[in-house]
Amino acid sequence: MSVLVNKNTRLLVQGYTGAQGTFHATQSINYGTTVVGGVTPGKGGTKHLDRPVFNTVADCVKETGANASVIFVPPPFAADSIMEAADAGVALIVCITEGIPVRDMIAVKQFLKDKNVRLIGPNCPGIITPNECRIGIMPGHIFKPGNIGVVSRSGTLTYEAVGQLSALGIGQSTCIGIGGDPIIGTTHLDAIQLLNADPDTHAIIMVGEIGGNNEEIAAAWIKDNVTKPVIGFIAGQTAPEGRRMGHAGAIVAGGSGKAEDKMAAMTAAGITVCATPAEIGQKVKERLGL
Amino acid sequence: MKIHEYQGKAILARYGVPVPKGKVAFTVEEAEAAARELGGFVVVKAQIHAGGRGKGGGVKVVKTVEDAVAAAQKILGMQLVTHQTGPQGQKVGRLLIEEALPIEKELYLGITLDRASGKNVFMASSEGGMEIEEVAHHTPEKILKEVIEPGIGLSGYQARKLAFGIGIPAASVNAAAKAMIALAKAYDEIDCSLAEINPFILLKDGRVMALDAKINIDDNAMFRHPEFAELRDLAEEDPLEVEASKFSLNYIKLDGNIACMVNGAGLAMATMDIVKYAGGEPANFLDVGGGANEEQIKNAFRILLSDAAVKAVFINIFGGILRCDILATGVVNAARELGISVPIVIRMEGTNVAEGKKILAESGFNFGVADGMKDGAEQVVRAAQ
Repeated sequence: MSVLVNKNTRLLVQGYTGAQGTFHATQSINYGTTVVGGVTPGKGGTKHLDRPVFNTVADCVKETGANASVIFVPPPFAADSIMEAADAGVALIVCITEGIPVRDMIAVKQFLKDKNVRLIGPNCPGIITPNECRIGIMPGHIFKPGNIGVVSRSGTLTYEAVGQLSALGIGQSTCIGIGGDPIIGTTHLDAIQLLNADPDTHAIIMVGEIGGNNEEIAAAWIKDNVTKPVIGFIAGQTAPEGRRMGHAGAIVAGGSGKAEDKMAAMTAAGITVCATPAEIGQKVKERLGL
Repeated sequence: MKIHEYQGKAILARYGVPVPKGKVAFTVEEAEAAARELGGFVVVKAQIHAGGRGKGGGVKVVKTVEDAVAAAQKILGMQLVTHQTGPQGQKVGRLLIEEALPIEKELYLGITLDRASGKNVFMASSEGGMEIEEVAHHTPEKILKEVIEPGIGLSGYQARKLAFGIGIPAASVNAAAKAMIALAKAYDEIDCSLAEINPFILLKDGRVMALDAKINIDDNAMFRHPEFAELRDLAEEDPLEVEASKFSLNYIKLDGNIACMVNGAGLAMATMDIVKYAGGEPANFLDVGGGANEEQIKNAFRILLSDAAVKAVFINIFGGILRCDILATGVVNAARELGISVPIVIRMEGTNVAEGKKILAESGFNFGVADGMKDGAEQVVRAAQ
């Protein structure tokens, strides 16, 4: 089992014929993901990567039965693309685009409120259920099917953790990159609730970073609701205050969003907090008694 | 993007937020002319992006044009040190000459994003002129908040609630509420990421005004506001960061001596952390991105090595999409072309790692090749000693 994506996922690609869309759609197809087609306004009726191209998401969903979308659309138009997918009733929307203005995401968040859809990202590497479905930009070959759920704000730290797990022979159920922006569709808490409810996820890795207090909110819920082992890491312990560390959401401002506060909240919730990312795999092994 | 107080006030004034009469001055002569025009009783304010300018000696109230000239001579060109500039301070290149006003009360207004709800929040406090973080810490009940509903803005009733709540007298409440609504409108329309008016003042005659303005603009929204590009003040930024931004490299200079080159923001932060954990001090944050090519790696090296404090370089790459053999080739070519003399420790993992390590081993350079992130951090800390 897994969460959100599996071999029944039927993926459409928004920004399908662009360079990023083409490259990563190809990677997903090669990984075995069911990619049913894509959307590029104005190119409807043509074929790309042996699959149909549509002018609108609604057309694509109607013709192909797509139930998930991945967005590779430039920042000025990405918020509009998310809303188009939601309006077409796509249940899972994964937005890879980095650099969407906060004002646009405030509107998106409002738009999604009364719709029965889930957004992952933006500014995220995507989601993968090993050997079943890859959505986004993750390097598929480092993953291995198994029972560890991973949720992370950072792409490369996800790979770091997964690389260690796979090297130790420990596989993953589903890995969710939730994204590095201040406003994201799926938070640590949302992802952990899903992984906690999945019987085939036996332990959870939670990777966070400076900025905001979503890790603290998740930790409070974990304390009262999660009995599975949770292993965590927070990046940015040495980051100077007031500077955005690469991700738009990674900033300590006005004394809030500090790594030390997040680590303290996580430790208090019974999470095994790693001092460095180099020990994540080993700590998982220890917590599982392997 | 941060902008200066005088730039922020000019924008806010366009939206109807009352601000004092004032003029920017780049020279003592301009300061003198402005002071004369404003009647001599003026405030001379250093324009730097950091806060705490008053305590650092960057703000002077004067009664005559002569005194204004003296103050301008003293402040213009000084290295102004505040709690936000670091011990080296920031050179003052511009002044704001502003009419001096009889203040009855100092208040605080601010807007920021509440990430959890995905909405902006308007804050107001009776404790103006102090660090708002201090107020939040010691007397959080003195900060009043109203959620700004997307598409609606700050409503009249919300603004009046805030205005009465922070002790603005009834006769001035409408003016204050109008200023608050204008501030919220400006925040939305110009894509702010932060706005603070501290202090927002009540004058003896009952008027209200923004006596300061700290406005940050969402970098990701700059495509909507091409006219703001000229508001960027490169003198306020680290020269190496300016150089890095030309090549779309995400570089932030720090105080240590171990340079870091990493792909991905999260891993780049974690690399700084592990260097510190191993007993070293990172010289920078650098994310070369997932699609870095040879040219990017060369530019990154050049920028890292322009920092004279750097004693060693730590390259930490998890090759997913970026293949390790491409990275290794880039590093070897950059080392050759730039004649790099400081020790370099490389930790690579991921796609084509064996080929990458072979390229490094056969390069003729004495690279330290690390086995894991922790080993890499320990090696580079030793190398920097």
